[in-house]
Amino acid sequence: MNIRELPTQTVTDTVARLCVEANFFLGEDVLAKLRDCLEREESPLGKSVLEQVLGNAAAAREKQVAMCQDTGYAVVFLEIGQDVHFTGGGLMESVQEGVRRGYQSGPLRKSVVRDPLRRVNTGDNTPAIVHCEIVPGDRVRLIVAPKGGGSENMSEVKMLPPSAGREGVMDFVADRVRRSGPNPCPPVIVGVGLGGTFEKCAFLAKKSLLRTLGEPHPDPYYAEMESELLERVNALGIGPMGYGGRCTALAVHVEAHPCHIASLPVAVNIQCHAARHKEAVL
Amino acid sequence: MTGPAKRIRTPLGETGTAGLRSGDLILLSGTVYTARDAAHQRMAERIRRDEPLPFGLAGQVLFYAGPVPAAPGRVIGPIGPTSSYRMDPFTLPLLERGLKGMIGKGNRSPQIVEAMKRCGAVYFAATGGAAALYAGTVKRSVLIAFEDLGPEAVYRLEVEDMPLVVVNDCHGGDLYREGVERYRVQSL
Ligand code: SF4
Repeated sequence: MNIRELPTQTVTDTVARLCVEANFFLGEDVLAKLRDCLEREESPLGKSVLEQVLGNAAAAREKQVAMCQDTGYAVVFLEIGQDVHFTGGGLMESVQEGVRRGYQSGPLRKSVVRDPLRRVNTGDNTPAIVHCEIVPGDRVRLIVAPKGGGSENMSEVKMLPPSAGREGVMDFVADRVRRSGPNPCPPVIVGVGLGGTFEKCAFLAKKSLLRTLGEPHPDPYYAEMESELLERVNALGIGPMGYGGRCTALAVHVEAHPCHIASLPVAVNIQCHAARHKEAVL
Repeated sequence: MTGPAKRIRTPLGETGTAGLRSGDLILLSGTVYTARDAAHQRMAERIRRDEPLPFGLAGQVLFYAGPVPAAPGRVIGPIGPTSSYRMDPFTLPLLERGLKGMIGKGNRSPQIVEAMKRCGAVYFAATGGAAALYAGTVKRSVLIAFEDLGPEAVYRLEVEDMPLVVVNDCHGGDLYREGVERYRVQSL
């Protein structure tokens, strides 16, 4: 068995860099979807919003500044190869240190309070949320996904009865988007987690947001459900920024997981058009 | 609705808001004050204790925003609207003290929409997530209160031709409702 050593300093440096890059450089897949929408949008106000959003992404890239003032809560996904041995300090602390440095050097906004009720800003955007998975191999895949509060606040988990079925899930998802209206800065990406347990479906919904836009679900059953849901959501008429229009969502992503015979958990995680995630493999 | 943008300047007099209609495109210039959740909470406490606010509200415009720190040599970092509904519980006493405009994004409560009609105030939306563009419309930025709140402190901004849309006018017009009614596809 070959164990590969990886200094945690490399993790810190990479996390810091990805925090900044995610906030400065909107992904090509998102830009392509926004351009598609601009072509299809019928509402004049909607078109002007999409032009602004695209112009903003270009300005952020050129000036090397954050595209949105809400530079997010840092959500970090680690896929750790089981043959990796981290050296030079604690892995978790090295991730936090990376977030601290990235948000300081950006500069990015510090948007985290230490306690949900006593609400004092931590001043360095830590702690990050870290999700770890152990996978085969000797590599580490690291994804930084800063998440804005406006769209996160429009997200929801619901424990449906199994009898609700596909229709019940579709109704809940469409209704969640309808009730969100203009609040999450549409056009949005709708992340849907299906099955698992209460916490698992929320995690799946979040994880589905990392999928490249335009890539359908590998299972044709869910790929069809995604496109049907997208059509339903866009029929709501909410449009860019909620001013009315054809383009309410850029995509709907569904991730499913086995679940209990008694349950049909469903989570909707709403992601705004500032859909930020950057990754590296170490 | 929509058409060429109307240029308006703060402070807004009542005559200034009466001519605005939901869906109007606006280019706003003059002074605006940033205030988001924590600043609103502080202002509400001051009002409750009968203490003065950090700035006079008559005719003024609030921008629900917390900017990114400015990089060296820049006036301000990226800045854009935050969701307005979170400010609703604090807004009535501000409208009663003469606040005439609010810049944010997303829905307001029916109570605030009613109060805006009564007080002759207008709710503007800025494009969420276009903070690099909006930073370019800010010509001056001065921190005037609650420095300890970090990104939630109150800044006095001088803005030039800030692009906005009127969502709620003071006649009951509501762009969010009107826009969705126009584009909703009934059959689905
Ligand atoms: S919802 Fe997204 S785009 Fe809108 S303000 Fe928040 S982070 Fe920015």
